[in-house]
Amino acid sequence: MTQTKPETRVDRRRFLSLAGLAGAGAAAGVRPAAAEATPDPDIVNIPEWTQALGAGVNNHPYGIPSPFEKDVVRREVTWLTASSESSVSFTPLYALDGIITPNGLCFVRHHGGEAEIDPARHRFMIHGMVDKPLVFTMEDIKRMPGRTNRVYFLECAANSGMEWRGAQLNGCQYTHGMIHNVVYTGVPLRAFLEAAGVKPQGKWVLAEGADASAMTRSIPLEKAMDDCLVAWAMNGEALRPEQGYPLRLVVPGWEGNMWIKWLRRIEVGDQPWGQREETSKYTDLLADGRSRRFTFIMDAKSVVTSPSPQAPLRAKGPNVVSGIAWSGRGTITRVDVTLDGGRNWTTARIEGPALPRAMTRFYLDVDWNGEEMLLQSRAMDDTGYVQPTKAELRAVRGENSIYHNNGIQTWLVRSNGEAENVEVS
Amino acid sequence: MSRSARVGAIAGALLLALAGTAAADAVKLGRPALPEEIKAWDIDVRPDGLGLPEGKGSVAQGEELFQNQCAMCHGEFGEGVGRWPVLAGGQGTLKSERPEKTIGSFWPDTSTIFDYVHRAMPFGAAQTLQPDEVYAIVAYLLYLNDVVPDDYVLSKENFPKVALPNQANFYDDDRETTEKAFWNANPCMKDCKPKVEITSHARVLDVTPDAGKQGDKPAGAVE
Ligand code: HEC
Repeated sequence: MTQTKPETRVDRRRFLSLAGLAGAGAAAGVRPAAAEATPDPDIVNIPEWTQALGAGVNNHPYGIPSPFEKDVVRREVTWLTASSESSVSFTPLYALDGIITPNGLCFVRHHGGEAEIDPARHRFMIHGMVDKPLVFTMEDIKRMPGRTNRVYFLECAANSGMEWRGAQLNGCQYTHGMIHNVVYTGVPLRAFLEAAGVKPQGKWVLAEGADASAMTRSIPLEKAMDDCLVAWAMNGEALRPEQGYPLRLVVPGWEGNMWIKWLRRIEVGDQPWGQREETSKYTDLLADGRSRRFTFIMDAKSVVTSPSPQAPLRAKGPNVVSGIAWSGRGTITRVDVTLDGGRNWTTARIEGPALPRAMTRFYLDVDWNGEEMLLQSRAMDDTGYVQPTKAELRAVRGENSIYHNNGIQTWLVRSNGEAENVEVS
Repeated sequence: MSRSARVGAIAGALLLALAGTAAADAVKLGRPALPEEIKAWDIDVRPDGLGLPEGKGSVAQGEELFQNQCAMCHGEFGEGVGRWPVLAGGQGTLKSERPEKTIGSFWPDTSTIFDYVHRAMPFGAAQTLQPDEVYAIVAYLLYLNDVVPDDYVLSKENFPKVALPNQANFYDDDRETTEKAFWNANPCMKDCKPKVEITSHARVLDVTPDAGKQGDKPAGAVE
């Protein structure tokens, strides 16, 4: 690097507040839609960046976002857990668009901290009820035939888990940010199972990670042979350490905890293993005191990401209501949006690829007159499942379930453009 | 490229294509896992006791180990220090507004205690406990949860007979039948309800990070 970066003349504070990045408490301050009366100094004055040379090509050998985007980061809710090695950080959904989550913004959930693994020392073992137990190196894995690329969402089963008893967190980053959506490169798990030769008694597999929680989950063999991937890349580059570098399991449409990171072992057996993460956790306690187990599939769900508490509206007139929808059962076929709390609905525009078990982007172009809105979105998938209201969900699942809260989210958008997390009758 | 070289290249491509359809061993990837290697990694214990190592331990031995290696986080009686997990108590709370899910009140299988403590605890020093120590700690945790008496000795032999109180209260995912109403080809689009009222505000609790003040630990948790 040979050049110093020229100072920018733009008033950063003004820019940040205009861009709505100042966080949940920011006042919105709606501007009139009228044209500026005086000439815009950003047009009539020559800015620094037009006059002086910018930084050289290798200013950042690994590129980073503009400094003006510095607030678009993962965030923690520190009161949730006792230690950050067993905790979660949330995807800033309010600031993202399209369907692909940038690698550095994908939410993180660890149970024993972020393992840092030398790929040359990583091994992947298949054993149990197989003809021939096998060990693979990372090099072996990358030489396997049948490499594929697939886009899938990964949602933690506890996403929106803090909202069961009512509106609690102000921002879709916190209410819905335990999700990300990337393109994985890997090899079907089936290829490894076939190489080892599953015995006829084999009905389940146990997947295990190499981290300090030695995370384990039992997965039905049928799913393992269907669409699970053993993946080493996300969005075209190696997995990030916090996403399981050098190897992770991809379990399309099923709860994120099953997507074992730092994957080192697959055991084949004839029954599930009753692991902590499928008994003490990731079982759904219902109102009658009994609990559902093996609720693997993530039901259809959606959320308006903008406007939302961290992304208020800035002006009356034309605005874009933007959001995401997904279903673990298949492909999103339709998303409806209401501006009046569910009295009347309009079908939104699905834009960009709508892939099975992947995040799907929707838009509704609106002309906002400044009246209060109660914004909701309602997803439908190709099995005919319609995202339920929170009341409908509570009627069957009670309020103690923690997991699998896919109820319809409401944002109250006030006439000043600010948005708040509320629930409606 | 000469004609013969081109033919060779095509033949080579065919060979590669064949390898692509065959199982991995056709391309000779991976190697046999040795019994010692499988033994080193295969530490899982199943509800029917499969995978339990030889060994035994008493409640008294478990108490000493627990006070030295676990109590600073989980509390002397498994009641949990601060926000560290609670391991005992909570019986009869599962239908209440604040269920306390512990080994005694919630967990279905004794094997899970053995498996989990052995693989992941103590937090930050995982897989340092010997089998006899794990048996002793499991015995102590069962004692704290009123499942066994204070003179109990847990071993590989008597293990699968120890049942947990809440075991019968788990059932398989039944959403496709009990939630059938959520499959609805024609959701309402117009005049779906007479009026809409706000029933709950996030601001009342105001526990959002960066929102200024921090409230009490709110309902629910990430698990
Ligand atoms: C430094 C604090 C700490 C120490 C010491 C510790 N634990 Fe833990 N324990 C934790 C944390 C954190 C978790 C939850 C981990 C996670 O998120 O997956 C946990 C979880 C558990 C659980 C599962 C709880 C549940 O409800 O699912 C058990 C059982 C347990 N620990 C037993 C032990 C035993 C036995 C020891 C001593 C040998 C021990 N722990 C030592 C912090 C600790």
